[in-house]
Amino acid sequence: MRYAAGVDVGSTQTKAVVIDEDRRIVARALTDTGANVMQAAQKCFDAACDESGIDKNAVGYVVGTGYGRYKVTFGDRQVTEISCHGRGAVHMFPGTGTVIDMGGQDSKAIRVKNDGEIIDFCMNDKCAAGTGRFLGAAAMALGLSLDDLGPVSLTSTKPVKISTTCTVFAEAEVLSWLGKGKAVEDILWGVHKSIASRSYGLLRRTGIIGEITFTGGVAKNPGMVKAMEEILDRPLNVSDDSHFMGALGGALFAMDHVVAAVQPARKEA
Amino acid sequence: MAVRDKSETERGMTAEAVQRHGSKSEDQDIVGRGSREGARLMRKWFSSLTEAARHDRKAAFVFVMGNMNEVLRCFDMPIVFPEVTALQTAVRGTSEDYLREAEDYGFSPDVCGYVKADIAMHLRGGEHPMGLIPKPALVVTTNACNTYFKWAEIWERLYEAPVVTIDVPNERAAHTRSVPGDENFKYELAYVTQQVKELISACERVTGKRFDIDKFREHLRHANTMSRYWKMLLALNQGTPAVFNALTDGLAYLGMANCFRATEEGAIYFKELYEEMEYRSRNGIGALTKKDGLDVPLEQRFRLGLLGVPCYPIFRGFSEFFSDWGGVFVISSYLKFASGGTSLGYEFDLDNPIESFAEGTLLTVRETQTGLLFDLPDIEDKLSPYRLDGIVYHGVKSCRTASSGLADRRYHTSEMLGLPTLLLESDIVDPRAVSKAQMKNRADAFFEGLIARQQRASTR
Repeated sequence: MRYAAGVDVGSTQTKAVVIDEDRRIVARALTDTGANVMQAAQKCFDAACDESGIDKNAVGYVVGTGYGRYKVTFGDRQVTEISCHGRGAVHMFPGTGTVIDMGGQDSKAIRVKNDGEIIDFCMNDKCAAGTGRFLGAAAMALGLSLDDLGPVSLTSTKPVKISTTCTVFAEAEVLSWLGKGKAVEDILWGVHKSIASRSYGLLRRTGIIGEITFTGGVAKNPGMVKAMEEILDRPLNVSDDSHFMGALGGALFAMDHVVAAVQPARKEA
Repeated sequence: MAVRDKSETERGMTAEAVQRHGSKSEDQDIVGRGSREGARLMRKWFSSLTEAARHDRKAAFVFVMGNMNEVLRCFDMPIVFPEVTALQTAVRGTSEDYLREAEDYGFSPDVCGYVKADIAMHLRGGEHPMGLIPKPALVVTTNACNTYFKWAEIWERLYEAPVVTIDVPNERAAHTRSVPGDENFKYELAYVTQQVKELISACERVTGKRFDIDKFREHLRHANTMSRYWKMLLALNQGTPAVFNALTDGLAYLGMANCFRATEEGAIYFKELYEEMEYRSRNGIGALTKKDGLDVPLEQRFRLGLLGVPCYPIFRGFSEFFSDWGGVFVISSYLKFASGGTSLGYEFDLDNPIESFAEGTLLTVRETQTGLLFDLPDIEDKLSPYRLDGIVYHGVKSCRTASSGLADRRYHTSEMLGLPTLLLESDIVDPRAVSKAQMKNRADAFFEGLIARQQRASTR
C-alpha cells in the first residue's frame, strides 16, 4: 500500500494527515506549533505515522501547507492552505461550491469548482477580527477555556452586540459588558455573532455558490457553526475532521503525485 | 518660428548622443543600456537637487499628474517631485522613521504616507536618503488627486510658497467626458488655457524672468519625443516575450518620464530606450532580472497586469512574489497615470504652443483619472492586446482614491471577463501596513490557480 501525507503548519496548531491510495484518511495527528515550526511539523508527521503504525518510508509524497509550509523541510512540495482547504472540502463534501475556513489568525472565503480548483478567494487583512484569535481574547477575558465557548454561547437568551472589530479592544468591550451585569453566555453569543458577521463579509466578496463547507479549527465550535448558519440562513457542511481539512487537501495533492508516479527523491528529515 | 518635425526632433539631439546611438548595435552594448542610463540620470537628478539645496536655490514643487514641466523649465528652476522623493524613502528602507516623525508632529496614521514622509523630510531640513531636497519657491498642483491640494497647503504655510492650482475639468457623471470637437471641450480648453497663462505669470513673478516662447517650444519638442517613444514602448510589451517588467523596470522609466520631462536628456533617453527594446523585441530578448549581480532573463510563464501602485517598502520582495512563479508584469495602470497620462502619446502643436499645451494638459491629466467601471483601461479589456493571464489589484492604505473601487473592478474582471485576479492590500511607503507573509500566501494561491488553469487548458 502506498500513502501520501499533508502537513498543515498553522499559526497555533500543526496538523498531519496520511491517506491511502483510496484517498481515505488512515492517520491524523495534531500538535501545538510553538516556536520551533520545523520541529512541530516533523513531530506531527511522526506522530501520525507512529500512532497508526504506518512506515514513514511508505509515505511516497508529502505536501506542506499553512503559514509554516516552507518549514516542512522533509516535504516534497508546498501548497497554500487556500488550495488545500478547497481540495479537502470538495473531497469531503462533493457538493461544495464555497468554503469558509476559520483558523487561529485568519479567515478565508474560498470559491471552488467541483474538482476542488480555486475560482476565487478572500481573506481577512492584517487584522485578527473574525478569526480564532478573537474568540481566544474573549475566552481570556471571561476566564473560560476555548472548548467551553461554543456550548456556553448556545445558552444565551439576550445576546449583546459586540461592535468593535479590533481583537485587542474586544477584550475591553467584553469586560465593559461584564461590568454592566450582562450574562457571560449573552456576551459570548455576541462575540460569535460578531465573528460570523465579519466572515459573512468575506463570503459576500467572493460570492456564495453551491453548498458551503465550514473548515478550520473554529468549525469545531458549535456556537460558531450556529452563528454562521443563522447569518447565512442555511445549513453548513461541517466534518468532524474540519480542523484537518488543510492537511487532508495537502495529502490529496500529494496522492496525485504518488499515483502519477512522480516521486522525487525524498529529502532528509 | 519654424516648427521642427519628428526627424528634426531627433536631429536636435546632441552630436555626442547621436554618435553614441549610431555606433553601438551589439547585444552587450544595447541590452540593459536603458537601466544603466536611467540609474545614472536619476542619481544625477538627486545630485542636482542636493546642489540646489546647498546653494539655497528654491525649486518648483510639482506632482506627477499634471506636472507642467514644459512651462516650469522655461524659468530654470530645479523641479522637485515630492511623490518621487517620498517613495524613495521607502525604496531605501527609511520611510518608517520619516512616518513616525510626522506622526509625532501630529499627523494621523491614516494620512497618506507620501505626505507624511515628505513633511518629515521638511522637518529635517530637507534631509533625504538620496541627498538634500531644496525648499519650494512655487508649488503647482492639479485636481488629479484630492490629497494634492492639502499637501500643497502645507508647503504654502511652511514656506509661504505661492500655489498655482490647475483645475482640469473632467467627467461630472458617467459618460460625460468631452472630446476635441465637442462644444464643451472648447469651453474647457479655454478654461485650462487661461490657467496656463496664469501659471506663466506666476513663474515670471517668482523668478523675475520673462517667459520665452521659443524656449517653451523647445521643451514641448522634447516632451513630444518622450511621449511618442513612451507610447511605443508600452505597446512593445504586447509582444512575446515582454521586453520589460512593467513593475520593476517600469519604476525606473517613470522616474525618467517625470524628473526629466521636457528635457533633451529625457528625449534622448526614451528614444534610445525604445531602440533597445525594439532591438530586444526583434531578437527575442525578454525582460531581465538581477541574479548574483548579473542580468538574467526573467522567466515568463504568466503575463500579468497590475492595477494600482507598487508596494515600495518591500519593492524587491513584492516583485519576487510574482517573478518566483514565472509571472511578468507586461503592463501596469501605474505606467499610465504616474506618467501623467503621457502614455497617450499626445504631441503638442509647436505652431500653437500655449493652446496646444493646454489641450495636452486637459487630455493627459484626464487620462490619469479613471472612473470605476465606465472607462476601464485597456488592461481590463476582454480584447486587451496585452493578452493577460491574470490581473493583480493592489490597494494601498495611503491612497483611498486610487484604491476605492478596486473591489468592483476586480469583480468585473473576474466575473465578467473570466480573467483570474488577485487582490493584495498594503501600502506605498508604510512598512507597518505590509504583511509580507499574508501577501505571499495570497500570491502563491493565485499562481496555484493559474497553474491549474494552464494545465487544464493544455489537456483540452
